[in-house]
Amino acid sequence: MAEAILETRELRKQFGEKVAVEDLSLSVLPGEVFGFLGPNGAGKTTSLKMLLGLVEPSAGSGRVLGAPLGDRAARARLGFLPEHFRFQDWLTGREMLRFHGRLYGLGGGDLEARVDRLLGRVDLLDAAHRPIRTYSKGMMQRVGLAQALLNDPAIVFLDEPTSGLDPLGRLMVRDIIHELRDRGTSVFLNSHLLGEVEATCDRVVFVKAGRAVHEMRLVDEPGRLSVELRTGPMEGATRALLARLGELDGESAPAAGREGTITRLRVPDEARLPEIARTLVEARVALYEMKAARKSLEAWFLEVMGEEQRPG
Amino acid sequence: MTSLRDVWTIAHLTLHEAMRRRILLAASICGAAFLTLFGIGLHFGIADLDKESGMHVVQRAVVLNMMTLAGLFATNFLMVMTAVLLPVDTLSGEIGSGVLQTVASKPVRRSDIVLGKWLGHVIVLAAYFVMLAGGVLTIVRCLGHFTPPRIAQGLPLMMLEGLVLLSLSIAGGSRLSTVTNGILAFGLYGLAFIGNLVEQIGTFADNDAARYVGTVASLIMPSEALWQRAAWHMQPTLTQQIGGTPFSPISVPSPAMVWWAAGYAAVAVGFGVWGLRKRAL
Repeated sequence: MAEAILETRELRKQFGEKVAVEDLSLSVLPGEVFGFLGPNGAGKTTSLKMLLGLVEPSAGSGRVLGAPLGDRAARARLGFLPEHFRFQDWLTGREMLRFHGRLYGLGGGDLEARVDRLLGRVDLLDAAHRPIRTYSKGMMQRVGLAQALLNDPAIVFLDEPTSGLDPLGRLMVRDIIHELRDRGTSVFLNSHLLGEVEATCDRVVFVKAGRAVHEMRLVDEPGRLSVELRTGPMEGATRALLARLGELDGESAPAAGREGTITRLRVPDEARLPEIARTLVEARVALYEMKAARKSLEAWFLEVMGEEQRPG
Repeated sequence: MTSLRDVWTIAHLTLHEAMRRRILLAASICGAAFLTLFGIGLHFGIADLDKESGMHVVQRAVVLNMMTLAGLFATNFLMVMTAVLLPVDTLSGEIGSGVLQTVASKPVRRSDIVLGKWLGHVIVLAAYFVMLAGGVLTIVRCLGHFTPPRIAQGLPLMMLEGLVLLSLSIAGGSRLSTVTNGILAFGLYGLAFIGNLVEQIGTFADNDAARYVGTVASLIMPSEALWQRAAWHMQPTLTQQIGGTPFSPISVPSPAMVWWAAGYAAVAVGFGVWGLRKRAL
């Protein structure tokens, strides 16, 4: 297994009496798109700020790119787009990128080339000469994304990167995240938009009350595929065979007027589906219906966070 | 260790901001209006002086000196206002709006952010001061053919006063809100002003307690003491010794107060560096 590009152990942040982050332990691998999920007030932004050295932890430790949190040399290799990206709005988009490039130690033709390339990538070349105060919210977000990528970072922290973007803008961010992954850049994505996370992340961690409470891979995650079988009577031996193919998840009666019994199980991947069918046929069990569906991230989110997190 | 490149990058942005946001333009227009008004007033003042046929050359110099110091007093006041207001929200405003998060997450030391902002504002303030003080002296030279004595000693003290208040304003911004910071800086300036008045009265009335109150006020905020010493330097020897003009201090602040003020400004910048370093952004 590759060495983690980011790692924290029992990270904690307390502001006076209020504990913002309780005990955060997590790791991100090189080239991984990592989703950091949780309800409002779960401590996501504070955690992110600790990883970037913007907030000093009260306890615990962490390393980013092999260096302690906040290390200056490590900061030269990371990019950051804050949730509500703000900048001196009297600067033009191009001037703002030049300024941030200089803070990364870039200059001359190299900086100009990077600025041009990124302005083109976020579709802002035409607006590059305009003051940022004339930009729409989406344009602000896009120029912010460009500044986070100026240094070709090894890891990019994106805090709600699609906030304020229209569907095309969101698609662009999704494409950029995929391009970053293809280049081997890690992405630490903090987002409320579970659909975006599902479409881009390799792995997610759910944060609740300042703790990482659940971690799961979104690609080939065992148990993510739910299978529903409507069958005739089944012997115990057949049920035991099914239990070897997946995790049995209960039984129920079908809708009125329909034959058989409904059996639910979770399987790691689609390859198990023909095996299930074969097992049932060989055991001479009548198979009336077989449905497979992936459990949405939203359903996972609600399950992990608990119904009490729902407002209202 | 400070990176001069990073300090200059931040200072350059500050200068750019002063130009782009028309801060320099507004200051220049106000400064030009003030100088015009001063020039017109001086013109008529000198015209009156010239009517006094029996006036001795020394008397004329004393009156012209007083007029010049009146112009420099106004310059000093405008500079104090600028020194406090110009940088009052440079840190607190950017912390509050989140602008600083993006900057501080780059490989730049927080101390360099503070020093860069300080340097940028010092350059703007110095330019403003040179324009105003230079304008006053040029007008007096052109209209009255007079230049106050020892301006090479007086003007740097006025600039130091601006530096003290500017440094205080930047330092406060690292920990306080913009409004609180502004109130604190002007409050301390007011304290120094009143304290100095009490000291002058105490010296005149030979009241030690009042004199000590003034000295303590000057230690808490040395701005007014610097102006008093600058004004004292830029007077003819005669009025330095016998006083008698509104700008002749009865109690002249000691040279040690100048060193105290310089140290005060340095400590204020240091506090700003420490404050931002410890601040959660």
